Amino acid sequence: MQPVATTFFFYMLSGLAILGGVLVITRKNAVHSALALILSLLALAGLYLMLYAPFVAGVQIILYAGGIMVLFLFVIMLVNLERSQKEEQFNQQWIAGLLAAAALGALFIAIYVKGQKLFPQRILQMPEESNTQQVAVLLYGNYMFSFEIASLLLLVAIIGAVVMAKKRI
Amino acid sequence: MAPIGTIHYLVVAAALFILGVIGVLTRRNVVIVLMSIELILNAVNLNLVAFSRLWGLHGQVFAVFVITDAAAEAAVGLGILIAFFRNKETVNVDEVNLMKW
Repeated sequence: MQPVATTFFFYMLSGLAILGGVLVITRKNAVHSALALILSLLALAGLYLMLYAPFVAGVQIILYAGGIMVLFLFVIMLVNLERSQKEEQFNQQWIAGLLAAAALGALFIAIYVKGQKLFPQRILQMPEESNTQQVAVLLYGNYMFSFEIASLLLLVAIIGAVVMAKKRI
Repeated sequence: MAPIGTIHYLVVAAALFILGVIGVLTRRNVVIVLMSIELILNAVNLNLVAFSRLWGLHGQVFAVFVITDAAAEAAVGLGILIAFFRNKETVNVDEVNLMKW
């Protein structure tokens, strides 16, 4: 199927993603930050759809916006944030932090200017109908061992989270 | 207007990455620092998926692994945050200064 209005959707979704990111790092209330992050994650899911990656887009919505962000919101409710809203929001080294981020941005711009010519222009057309199937074939074929390691990592993370959050070990 | 190519997605990912770095380096609230880390991981994921359009589906598989890691990291990080809050009654990163010289 031929995509429609690609330019419009790209700029709208990336604008929403960046707006969400800006709101995440500027809001005082952590709940507002979490909601802005959800906006950013949903916009990124739309960008994945535009890149013919429907499986990653679905995982993004279900796991990130539905799973991880609920975890965040629960912890925000468990932890008393009333007091920290009245305190200073930025730490003392914020100038050094901004300088480091500006250096990183300069590096990115330099890479963009230097590497634009070297960049491959071709676009591979992927059959979007069988994307999930192909990802599954790769996941259970080439990356079988990594998949098992990931399950082990999740087990360790569950145990670690329970041990950390338990009152008395 | 130029047609949307891979480079456009890389620019968006770089912008999100820098926003995440600014959040990690300047905010005091641990919850927002963890959210900024999620922002960084998402920027990397966007890069991986954008390149998977050029080089085949391996990037998407890797993006799924990165999401798995993000889930594990969020769970452990928020567990540490709860333990920290129970001990110190605060959520500010600069009050974790036990090992400061």
